[in-house]
Amino acid sequence: MVVTALMLSRIRDLFAAAILCGIYSLLGATAYVVMDAVDVAFTEAAVGAGLSTVLMLGTLALTTDKEIITPREKRLPAILIVLFTGGVLFYGTSDMPHYGDPVAPVHNYVAPRYILKSDNEIGIPNVVTSVLASYRGYDTLGEVFVILTAAVGVISIIGRREGKAKTNKINRMSG
Amino acid sequence: MPFPGLFNYWIVVILMMIGLYIVIAHGNLVKKIIGINVFQVSVFLLYITIGKVAGGSAPILDQGIEVYSNPLPHVLILTAIVVSVATTALGLALVVRIRNAFQTIEEDEIDQQEKTG
Repeated sequence: MVVTALMLSRIRDLFAAAILCGIYSLLGATAYVVMDAVDVAFTEAAVGAGLSTVLMLGTLALTTDKEIITPREKRLPAILIVLFTGGVLFYGTSDMPHYGDPVAPVHNYVAPRYILKSDNEIGIPNVVTSVLASYRGYDTLGEVFVILTAAVGVISIIGRREGKAKTNKINRMSG
Repeated sequence: MPFPGLFNYWIVVILMMIGLYIVIAHGNLVKKIIGINVFQVSVFLLYITIGKVAGGSAPILDQGIEVYSNPLPHVLILTAIVVSVATTALGLALVVRIRNAFQTIEEDEIDQQEKTG
């Protein structure tokens, strides 16, 4: 994954970059399966690797697929900022619970309740589904609103252009 | 465990910084959105790493399984993935619109046109 991400930062051809982005997502999905998050892996593979790539390719078809080379003086401050932030974050990871630690703070509050009781209360074997649709149903409702807003946004941004072009044509024809 | 317990967090930080670098250093708007994507996936990876319990299985209830991974981060990330695609779509739509207005998707050229134009 790191290699793919590095390639993404180096590559100038945006078409290749979009495909690499899909590969990157797919590798991410594999990592989720390894870490027991099968539902997340499904979604990532379908949405992240599939839909995002299609959206990007669509955009590239409407725009251009070549990128100009970033000037060197612009790169140096970026590298400095990134190294500094990365260093701070690396320092921060030393306080994190180790991978797979069963007594980490995340596992102490609502999670055991979900696992122990959701079978009786909801009756769906997949805990992720019952948490998503029932315990945190409002989150999911909010998510639907986000998608709706995004869809409305996209339509009003791109759709208006075509509407304008049409009215321009009509104006020209009538004028 | 074959590697140190913090290995996953290191990978997350590295990926996150690559994403941040792409967003800051590249002038191309599509490339910036790709950078945001890289960043987002690294955050997802962080959450899923937190949710993993050693020896646990996927949180689908079944008899004979004692230890499950934590389902809560999975749920949060499911929501986050969908939201991330929504933002990506919106960003790309803006890029298309900008390209129509300025005939370019490079930040510097847009700046120049703004100054001269």
